[in-house]
Amino acid sequence: MPEERAGSTAPQEITAAAAQAAADAQALEVRAAVRQAVSVSVATGLYGISFGALSVVAGLDVLQTMALSLLMFSGGSQFALIGVIGAGGTPGAAVATAGLLGVRNTLYGAQLGPVLALDRWRKVLAAHVTIDESTAVATAQRSRRAARAGFWWTGVGIFVLWNLMTLAGALAGDALGDPAAWGLDAAASAAFLALLWPRLATRAMQLTAAAAVVVAAALIPVAPGGVPVLAAAAVAIVIGALTGRRHGRTPQEES
Amino acid sequence: MSPTTVWFVVLAASALCFALKLAGHLVPEHWLADERVARTAAMVTASLLAALVTVQTLGAGQAIVVDARLPALAVAAVALALRAPFIVVVVLAAATAAGLRALGWG
Repeated sequence: MPEERAGSTAPQEITAAAAQAAADAQALEVRAAVRQAVSVSVATGLYGISFGALSVVAGLDVLQTMALSLLMFSGGSQFALIGVIGAGGTPGAAVATAGLLGVRNTLYGAQLGPVLALDRWRKVLAAHVTIDESTAVATAQRSRRAARAGFWWTGVGIFVLWNLMTLAGALAGDALGDPAAWGLDAAASAAFLALLWPRLATRAMQLTAAAAVVVAAALIPVAPGGVPVLAAAAVAIVIGALTGRRHGRTPQEES
Repeated sequence: MSPTTVWFVVLAASALCFALKLAGHLVPEHWLADERVARTAAMVTASLLAALVTVQTLGAGQAIVVDARLPALAVAAVALALRAPFIVVVVLAAATAAGLRALGWG
């Protein structure tokens, strides 16, 4: 116990000062993580408005659109699901495409588990807000406290804003009339491109995406709706399996 | 799809997506630590998104149609290269397609 060392208060003061400095530094890191989380939440939440509008245009009603943002809560899967429905795909193709795009969240969860160290029930809550953005903010932090703050603030922040903006977009989309006149079909293309863009950092990913474009375009005239997209996923699995042995370099694909 | 079928699809796909998220938090980390699994998952994501861009830009039922969507996508790509935020990219693409159609093309 420090109290027993009579006459040596100086080292204690230094230790206390150092502890205080460390605590201050950590508090600063947590505040920076929260700030980052808020700005990411606002930017991401805002485009919920385009999801809401495009979902209604694709043929879902406002309640179905809200159910997707509340229950599915994963931008890529949501846009994909309404894309396949809008293109006249089968129910099986719609579910499979959304599910395949959700597989990356499994890897995010495995990455976050040791950082968050949650009990079973909080894991259920954490799982629901495990998405690209919350994972990216959490894994960008240096301390565990900052990572936790970044994860929850980003996940919950985007959940709230994404749902509010989805509702606004769905109500606006309902009132728009002819979607093509407003260019909303092109907006859906651009939304997919924007989701893809940050993943094209390496040559391997660029070539995979190019192969997907060729396969999908070739299959549009001959296969039923939804199949061209699923076939592209199959191509990626084959490329992934074949290229694994030849070069060990990991493409940095995090967005 | 009928409204009932759409509800089925919405709920089934949501349940599937949640199960995938939860599985990641519950399985031991080393199960998914294999580098090839991570890389293939990333490739599947990029591949699906690239195919969705293609179908959404060129598809019209089972036909390939070049119309205002293609120049709009090119504008979106330029905006992304200039690091524009998501919402700006989407709005620029919509405005390009809407403008071209107002002028009578595509």
